Amino acid sequence: MHDTRGRWMEFAIEALIRVLGISTIGIVLLIFAFLLREGLPVFFQVPLTNFLDVRWYPTFGMFGALPLLLGSAFVTFTAIAIALPLGVATAVFVREVAPNWAREILKPLIEVLAGIPSVVLGFFGMTFIAPRVREILGAPTGLTAFTGALVLAYMSLPTIISVAEDALDAVPKSYRDAGLAIGATQWQTIWRVVVPAARSGIVTAVMLGMGRAIGETMAVMMVTGNAARMPLTLDSFFRPVRTMTATIAAEMGEVAKGSVHYRALFAIGILLFVVTFFINLTAARAIFTKRRRGGLR
Amino acid sequence: MAYTTGIKEHESAHKRGAMARRRLFLGILLLILSVWLLSCRPKPLPGQGSTDTAVETIENKGSDTMVNLALAWAEAYMQLHPEVRISVTGGGSGTGIAAMINGTVDIANASREMKPEEIAAAKANGITPVEFVVARDAIAVVVHPSNPVQQLTLQQISDIYTGKITNWREVGGENRPIVLLSRESNSGTYVYFLEHVVRLGKADSDLLFSPDTLLMPSSEGISCEVRQNPNAIGYDGLGYVTPDQKVIAVAKDASSPYVLPSVATVNDGTYPIARPLYMYTAGEPHGQIKAYLDWILSEGQTQVTELGFVPLLR
Repeated sequence: MHDTRGRWMEFAIEALIRVLGISTIGIVLLIFAFLLREGLPVFFQVPLTNFLDVRWYPTFGMFGALPLLLGSAFVTFTAIAIALPLGVATAVFVREVAPNWAREILKPLIEVLAGIPSVVLGFFGMTFIAPRVREILGAPTGLTAFTGALVLAYMSLPTIISVAEDALDAVPKSYRDAGLAIGATQWQTIWRVVVPAARSGIVTAVMLGMGRAIGETMAVMMVTGNAARMPLTLDSFFRPVRTMTATIAAEMGEVAKGSVHYRALFAIGILLFVVTFFINLTAARAIFTKRRRGGLR
Repeated sequence: MAYTTGIKEHESAHKRGAMARRRLFLGILLLILSVWLLSCRPKPLPGQGSTDTAVETIENKGSDTMVNLALAWAEAYMQLHPEVRISVTGGGSGTGIAAMINGTVDIANASREMKPEEIAAAKANGITPVEFVVARDAIAVVVHPSNPVQQLTLQQISDIYTGKITNWREVGGENRPIVLLSRESNSGTYVYFLEHVVRLGKADSDLLFSPDTLLMPSSEGISCEVRQNPNAIGYDGLGYVTPDQKVIAVAKDASSPYVLPSVATVNDGTYPIARPLYMYTAGEPHGQIKAYLDWILSEGQTQVTELGFVPLLR
């Protein structure tokens, strides 16, 4: 009696979990279908050459999305270039070097970092970082790609640190013992043995941080200046830039539903979706490769 | 003995875990409750009971430039006429006009005239839009207070915003790069500035803002940057200009006098960058809507100056 009830409960809970799990995938697919339905028609309304142009003046029928795509890529890569060394170094410190009591303090603090709302960081960037970028680095304005990258680097740090730390954590203790036993210093063990062993996990960390950075909107909109120019020259670090996310956020509110401009914004949404999808796919592949090798987990 | 203390310790640890979990749960519950309470706090409606069936509602939507003005009008009018309820929302001139065409609002606010295709769309919907000029607005050109440049011609402003002039030295200032600030491209102010300043009012001109122009998501974004950055130049409605920005005197051309924007210079037509602000109704207004518009065009004009706009000449 009791046994059958237990089995029934088990079945019900299992079914519920399965439905919830599948519905998550279903919702993602539905969102993508919605994006396609709203965005694809623009490619029949606007010639592709217009879309691949360098001028984004949507009120005048110029939908050149290249500056936006490059703008997003430029800010994201700069942000990761700043966040990668900092994040990996912090993860190594927290996992390998810091004494236990420091680790107990640092880990929750890093998690708190992740909880700061992006609009607060954007406001901080706009009123504090931007004027300093202008004064110290001599840029014409503080609202630049570099300012955006600094804010984004800060925002992707918690992700990078905690995932990289997990990866370091998964390196078997025997690796460290072996390193130290053959006479390597602690630094040599960390740098030559532990970090390389955790490489694929660190790549995942960077990829996830990148996904976080490219999708960020509010903070970026507030500090990058939103000028749709091509970031092709070296001084582009200290010039304004316009990202895909900021464009959608700034323009979607006032655009007439069903207009060409509305569909163009959805097309940018598709582009963004595809880009983040491939970034996450790369991250997932890194995880699976690691599993196949079987050395770490 | 040792065995029992072991059990006790185990039990107390278990209890502590359960207590911590209960506390966390309570905390989350409280958080949800407070968010919920905050979100459903009723909006203050002056002098009216929501069950009163005699209350007539006027829906008013559109231009962000005009939203403060429209709110001030609505509040003052509802004090005088408790039987009318006016709800005001922003969203932009285009949004308001689209809503009026779809018949979801009674009055659309617009900081620009309706476009011919919008009028055509309204006609196709069986609506004849009626236009009212309800106030006027000067667009001020602003720079950092330390900028020695006092005055510019429209031609110079146009050259600055198209990227032909890139250094303040070329217009009598210091040797500094010019940083261009603008509102976002859906703003009615952006469209007006482009057509009447950048293109100098020429219909056949296809000049555009320089790609280096920083598009700021809000008026506050512009004033924040102008306050901080001695390289910056920006523009915005006179009502949004704060005292810590320097307003530039503008001349129609090199031989005209340079004029600062004010109520007087907009009304006598000497300040060149001024525009009417509109309200549109679907068809000739009647009843409460007509009474409201009549009030705006007469007594309502006293509110206009307080908000930094220019009242209509009477």
